[in-house]
Amino acid sequence: MASEITTQEYILHHLTNATMCSTDDGLKFSHGEELHNASNICAEAGFWVWNIDTMAWSIGLGILFLWFFRKVAKSATSGVPTKTQAFVEILVDFVNNNVRDSFHGKNNLIAPLALTIFVWVFLMNLMDLVPVDFLPTAAGQIAHAATGVDPHNVYMKVVPTTDINLTLALALGVFILIIFYSIKIKGVGGFLKELTFQPFNHWAFIPVNFILETVTLLARPFSLALRLFGNLYAGELIFILIATLGVWQLPLHFPWAVFHILVIVLQAFIFMMLTIVYLSLAHEDH
Amino acid sequence: MNINATLLGQLIAFIVFVWFCMKYVWPPLLAAIEDRQKKIADGLEASVRAEKDLELAQEKATEQLKDAKAQAAEIIEQAKKRANQLVEDETQKGQAEREKIIAQGYTEIEAERNRAKEELRAQVAALAVAGAEQILQREIDANAQNDIVEKLVAEL
Repeated sequence: MASEITTQEYILHHLTNATMCSTDDGLKFSHGEELHNASNICAEAGFWVWNIDTMAWSIGLGILFLWFFRKVAKSATSGVPTKTQAFVEILVDFVNNNVRDSFHGKNNLIAPLALTIFVWVFLMNLMDLVPVDFLPTAAGQIAHAATGVDPHNVYMKVVPTTDINLTLALALGVFILIIFYSIKIKGVGGFLKELTFQPFNHWAFIPVNFILETVTLLARPFSLALRLFGNLYAGELIFILIATLGVWQLPLHFPWAVFHILVIVLQAFIFMMLTIVYLSLAHEDH
Repeated sequence: MNINATLLGQLIAFIVFVWFCMKYVWPPLLAAIEDRQKKIADGLEASVRAEKDLELAQEKATEQLKDAKAQAAEIIEQAKKRANQLVEDETQKGQAEREKIIAQGYTEIEAERNRAKEELRAQVAALAVAGAEQILQREIDANAQNDIVEKLVAEL
């Protein structure tokens, strides 16, 4: 594959999402040539472009997770569990313990939220371990066979967490919950008071406090989103760089993949843990 | 790598997933886990209780066995005593009976002897009178010598 295209093109190809947008002619895929010059058919769509590969892989993995857990939950017994049930229960128990350690209020949303984040993000990160050429090449060949397009113009970014849109969407969801519970528990007045009378409890410091606290508040979703995105994007980029090394990728790919197993679990865990902590802070009334 | 509508799509997907998880996945799983935890706790408690019960029962059994042994010993003792008494009583009764029979025999013998004596006496008197009559065939008045005869008879 790399014989026909330059290394730079190869890397760029791997880091480009398959996008779709609605044009005057209906819903259209945007192809490579169009993407990198002015004739990109999605250029006019602006915000309303869909990263179809991110959507498909993330929703597919989310449904896989929920289908599997729902299947186990439906046949869950309090007697002797099957091995599958025991495996699922280990995860549930692990998440439940973490929630109970960090979150002291009573809330039926936090634990399932944490479980969803942990397993879903883990599954999406796990796609990083699939060798980088497998799925994009397969997608290119299938699209070529089906519609006759040049396989080099078919894009497929397999790891949804390397798309800033996804990580930001997760962080925004958490951010909305932070605001919602802050106002629900403390009231609008209490929430505003927290923003304006901390850390310096004096009326003269209200503007300073407000700026500091707003930055603190806004830093939470952005740090959540960028941490996950950055780690996974960097990891994916290194996989791609290793894949350009020809025969040398063989000894290099394996240690990086092994190291990456740690990264993908850790990032999923950190995202879950910080979500719990942030929501716990939102529940604390001073 | 720019922000686009995917953000909204993912946000909606995220909300739906969390809602589904909260509604259909988490509660049954957690219920199963907590139910099992309760069952195990109950089982452990029951086993501790059973152990205690067993200990108590063993203690009770030992005590009862001891009691039973003591009772048995007492019963045997009583029975022995009673048997001894019975034997003694019977012996005494037999003795009494014997003495009574012997006494009766003596009385009967005495009575027989008295009767025989009486009879003998009468016969001897008659014999003496008959002898005297023969010796003194002649006009000896039997009546005149009757007091002598009487005297003789009394001496017998």
